[in-house]
Amino acid sequence: MTALLEVKNLTKSFQGLVAVNDVSFALAPGRITALIGPNGAGKTTCFNLVAGALSPTRGQVLFEGRSIERTPPETVCRMGIARTFQIVRPMKDMSVLENAMVGAFSWTTSVKEARAKAYESLESVGLAGKANARTDQLTLPDRKMLEMAKALSTRPRLLLLDEVMAGLRPTEAAGVVGVLQKLAESGLTILLVEHVMRIVMEVASTVVVLHHGAKIAEGKPSDVVADPRVLESYLGAGFHA
Amino acid sequence: MQKKFDQTSDPKRWGAGVLVFAILAMVGSISNAYIISLLTVVLLFTFMGQSWNLMLGIGGQLSIGHALFVGIGAYSVAILNIKYGITPWIGLILGAAIAGLIGAVLAWLSFRFEVRGIYFALLTIAAAEFARIMFGGWDYVGGMQGLFFQAPTGSMDIAMLRGDTRFYYFVALTLAAIGVAGTEMISRSYLGYVWRAMRDDDDAARALGVQTFRHKILVISISAAMAAIGGGVLGLVQGAIFPDSIMGMSISVDVLIGPVVGGLGTAFGPLVGSMAAIPLHHAMGALGDSFGIPGLNSIAYGAVLILVVWFLPDGIWPAVVRLYGAIQLPARVRISKLREVENDRAA
Ligand SMILES: Nc1ncnc2c1ncn2[C@@H]1O[C@H](COP(=O)(O)OP(=O)(O)OP(=O)(O)O)[C@@H](O)[C@H]1O
Ligand SMILES: [Mg+2]
Repeated sequence: MTALLEVKNLTKSFQGLVAVNDVSFALAPGRITALIGPNGAGKTTCFNLVAGALSPTRGQVLFEGRSIERTPPETVCRMGIARTFQIVRPMKDMSVLENAMVGAFSWTTSVKEARAKAYESLESVGLAGKANARTDQLTLPDRKMLEMAKALSTRPRLLLLDEVMAGLRPTEAAGVVGVLQKLAESGLTILLVEHVMRIVMEVASTVVVLHHGAKIAEGKPSDVVADPRVLESYLGAGFHA
Repeated sequence: MQKKFDQTSDPKRWGAGVLVFAILAMVGSISNAYIISLLTVVLLFTFMGQSWNLMLGIGGQLSIGHALFVGIGAYSVAILNIKYGITPWIGLILGAAIAGLIGAVLAWLSFRFEVRGIYFALLTIAAAEFARIMFGGWDYVGGMQGLFFQAPTGSMDIAMLRGDTRFYYFVALTLAAIGVAGTEMISRSYLGYVWRAMRDDDDAARALGVQTFRHKILVISISAAMAAIGGGVLGLVQGAIFPDSIMGMSISVDVLIGPVVGGLGTAFGPLVGSMAAIPLHHAMGALGDSFGIPGLNSIAYGAVLILVVWFLPDGIWPAVVRLYGAIQLPARVRISKLREVENDRAA
């Protein structure tokens, strides 16, 4: 099976600080891959590189074999990669529903179609009941879910989720996990940044571990958590799970 | 910025719009010449304000040099009509096209080189001032002495867009109605959604596939073309155009005062704001003249702006809508209570 996304020797430095260092991995279609690592490991930077928000200093990002590392974010999105922002970015003067509609306009100009898609996306993250709310009336976990709904409305083939379950109660997180599993079953490929190891163990078929920008481990969740280097990197950073 | 105040249903809004313009049409049929010519200017600035509103209130792009586009429209109409006897209709279309193109080029150059936000706004004012000075030194268009339309004969001629005060009032009213309805339609279309998205958060919008670069160029271009049409008619109404009066900073201010005072990003804001601000401008101008205080109108403008921004940061119109909502709510609650009681009795 060929990879949907392939990242090759990806490197990004910010004035001397190497945030992502020679990272390579590949995502199999229809699978959930978790990208983990302590704070400041370079996970969000990786997302930004894949999504076109940043250009790498070195290395390649291949989506369906096409190199996209110099492609602007709106084009990357239209090619089928949607991302959420770790620091949520709702359109603050638009309603929850309107926020979720925006992504749909990447594939339709029909307001009716966009509204239907937005309801569907909100429904899947449990926000349909708050469709007409203002975004500042949402709790932070709900805003994270809105990020996800916005991304889903673009009809992505690859979904990049940056800590969307942070702050959710276990029952709510379980609901979202269910949603992710259903999405993956329907063929969506997901790259997930997540700090809660229990969730990672449950949903991910592969885990990629970053530490100080470099990939230190990759493999099945059960193997990765047993890897001494992984334990060390986390314990050093005060790991709690 | 505008909040989610306009949740009234569509038919209600359209109904209200039709009613307002019907009343304005009646006012135009019965009022005296002074009121009519004042209202004509109000309506023209409603239309131009609507163009500015589209660009900032919906598209998130600030212009403080809309006089550039207003002037281009006015000069296109005037040059073709005065020098070649060509109907203003052609001048309006040509002016809109030129202004749209210049707006697009300005936006393209600016955003291509990452000049954004307030710096783009400064660029618009620089462009407007450059054009004003250029037209002032250009003999072909009369330089500072400007261009004069033939005095109207009084008889109405739609093909040449000539007529009396009342005729221009209805032209302006039609434009304002098109402006309000047009912005309403655009903001309800997909363009409105993606423009508001890029207004609220450019990067987040791009991440959702919104091609913000071209959408910014588009909204600025449409806004510029609209402003040019308003300017073309304004020149006809005034009977003469001068670089200082039609391309000056004060025109840029007159254009933006309606939406800022009335309510940014709303369909009715520019109308309400122009109704409030422009008569005040005129009254204070007259008052200033009679007391020999030049600039009284500008002071009054400034004061109104500060007061509105201070007390009604969303503008007058959203405040009115909120007030209306506040009055409505208890009534609704009362009615639902009544229904409950009735249901209880029925049960
Ligand atoms: N735009 C930037 N300019 C300079 N340094 C940056 C920038 N973005 C990220 N960094 C730095 O790069 C490193 C990696 O940051 P990144 O946000 O990718 O980490 P992360 O793994 O997502 O961490 P967290 O778990 O806290 O979200 C950090 O040291 C951060 O300070
Ligand atoms: Mg991060």
